[in-house]
Amino acid sequence: MISAIDLTHDAGQSGRAEPLHRRHDRAADQRLAELEAHAIFVIREVAAECERPVLLFSGGKDSVVMLHLARLAFEPGVIPFPVMHVDTGHNFPEVIEFRDALVAEFGVRLVVAGVQDAIDQGRVPDPGPTGSRNRLQTEPLLHEINRSSFDAAFGGARRDEDKARAKERVLSFRDAFGQWDPKNQRPELWRLYNARVRPGEHLRAFPLSDWTELDIWRYIAVNDVDLPAMYYSHRREVVERDGMLLATGPFTPPAAGELAFEETVRYRTVGDMTCTGAVRSPATDAWGVLAEIEQSRITERGATRADDRFSEAAMEDRKREGYF
Amino acid sequence: MELLRFATAGSVDDGKSTLIGRLLHDTKALFDDVIDAVAATTARRGGEGLDLALVTDGLRAEREQGITIDVAYRYFATPLRSFIIADTPGHVQYTRNMVTGASTSDVAVILVDARHGLREQSHRHAALSALLGIDHLVLAVNKMDLVDWSQARFHEITAEFAVLAAKLGVSMVMPIPLCALDGGNVVDPSPHTPWYQGPSLLEHLETLPVPERAHGHLRLPVQLVIKPVLGSGGGSGAGALAERRWYAGSLAGGTPAVGDEVVVLPSGTRSRIAAVEGHAPAVRIQLEDELDVSRGDLIASAHLRPTVEPHLVAQVAWMNDKPLRAGSHVLIKHATRTVKAVATVVHDKLDVTTLVADIDATELQLNEIGTVTFLTALPLPVDPYRVNRTMGSFIVIDEVTNATVGAGMVGAGSVSS
Repeated sequence: MISAIDLTHDAGQSGRAEPLHRRHDRAADQRLAELEAHAIFVIREVAAECERPVLLFSGGKDSVVMLHLARLAFEPGVIPFPVMHVDTGHNFPEVIEFRDALVAEFGVRLVVAGVQDAIDQGRVPDPGPTGSRNRLQTEPLLHEINRSSFDAAFGGARRDEDKARAKERVLSFRDAFGQWDPKNQRPELWRLYNARVRPGEHLRAFPLSDWTELDIWRYIAVNDVDLPAMYYSHRREVVERDGMLLATGPFTPPAAGELAFEETVRYRTVGDMTCTGAVRSPATDAWGVLAEIEQSRITERGATRADDRFSEAAMEDRKREGYF
Repeated sequence: MELLRFATAGSVDDGKSTLIGRLLHDTKALFDDVIDAVAATTARRGGEGLDLALVTDGLRAEREQGITIDVAYRYFATPLRSFIIADTPGHVQYTRNMVTGASTSDVAVILVDARHGLREQSHRHAALSALLGIDHLVLAVNKMDLVDWSQARFHEITAEFAVLAAKLGVSMVMPIPLCALDGGNVVDPSPHTPWYQGPSLLEHLETLPVPERAHGHLRLPVQLVIKPVLGSGGGSGAGALAERRWYAGSLAGGTPAVGDEVVVLPSGTRSRIAAVEGHAPAVRIQLEDELDVSRGDLIASAHLRPTVEPHLVAQVAWMNDKPLRAGSHVLIKHATRTVKAVATVVHDKLDVTTLVADIDATELQLNEIGTVTFLTALPLPVDPYRVNRTMGSFIVIDEVTNATVGAGMVGAGSVSS
């Protein structure tokens, strides 16, 4: 069982003797340059071959990096597709503010697919005011892809996140029902991406497939990429639940017997408030986070996403249904 | 370059999943929660400790059947290098997935069980790796503990593989005796092999020279034409140049410089490079002259051009249930261009076990490899695959289903010669 992670105490005691990621690290920068060039290549291929791509954008770090890469891909022109946020309605308010500011700065159109709308229209069952809405994101996502006839959706998913993702292609085909067939994926040879789909079908495109969590943070640090402030150390009222620190709020009131307390924390991912946990951390910038992750011995999803901890195949099952 | 991509080939029976699990575990690439989950699953199945094979098999069907179906990508780093492993399946029916993994790899680690030696599968893995242009093979002789760490047995297998590698024209082969289960010679040296003076598998992967992929002659397949937003100031030049179109793409060879003479193919129009921006290989360039250039065109060195012609003769790995025959209509995607094409001749079919070409063959079935000529609706600018992987490769797409049904390598005939 995983216990609450205390990075302030762990740092420096576990892991390798020599940190791999330093400010001046030519090898790491070379690797990042290669990953960046490949991501730009994929974004350009999909934009050129598909009629109506869309970029899935949550305000989370991976999607922010995606938006930056999209800008680089089309400079000095404009990003030729909109961005879509699947909004659970239980997002951290500061992430929504950040999302709106960034979209305005980049001059892209934002499409919001709301879980609340899906509940209101009876397309998905209501899990109640404090229930997790993470699994409910699939329906509004597919509904909007269908309604807007999007034929490709860019996502920031990485293969190092999960066993099922480790198997997924860079361009991942979805049938007319939005389903992934992991046993029958298109062969993907060299850098020759086959982006052809028939009406009703679509692709998920993952330009960050070969990036690791460390690569993302190094990219953010080196390029001074702005993120929502909750990614860095701050004081917040939390409760400890199932070994995770959850922020208290309207959707996550302390349960009977739970004690709310203030803690110095940061988030490693930003998702639904009901299932995204914080870690204790003093890291106030991306270099600080990078140094901490270097030392940490628990994966991003394992540490802070309750939804991935139920079964070994949890992610594969959700992906088959059309989840991102 | 500090990033090495390698493919692993072999079956689960050979201990491939255990070997990868061992590499990740011993380089501390596995996180605590992953190790906890593996320990829990091991215990649930009545095992003890860590069954490292459980680290890699990700799909439900794979765990149920105990086999690898599709390529899984794994990441780890040491202070010397970072690595991407393409963990590929061994079974013949998943050959297309093995080819997927090998197509982007610099090195192939071919795993054999010391008790069984080379099997048909080992021959196929070596042949496919060689065909895909991987000229550095590691022969990992696993389960050495089960043959009492016998030096004689190791040399027997090594000698047999040397003959195969010579036939395949592979110049670099590194045989390593190891035991994935106890970790001997995987990351750390094994105490059981005083007779072996070579490096452990990881040491070898950390120090072998990474093949150079940057080729001398400029090749820029145009992905997109970008029109600058007026007033954005994105161009490097002044006046008219700032409003001129940019041709964006990923360099498949060479380094573009202002003033270089180039030719646009297939039209053959010449110009000079006026501006270059971006971080190579993802660049954008402007030309001195206003030309009609669009996606799919190739901007190449005017002095050393690729061959442009409508007949493609290539080694083709076929990946579809419906066989490829003379007269089959398909789409071919080469670099950034997709064209209609028809197979005109199926010349031969390669037996990957004996490396003998069957010249009476008239079709390629699923998972078969042979030499095929296609006639393309538009002439394609190609270089031999051995010279330039990007300019010498293409995929075959089914016009109706849009599925990727084949992989082609231009002039890569050395394996069957």
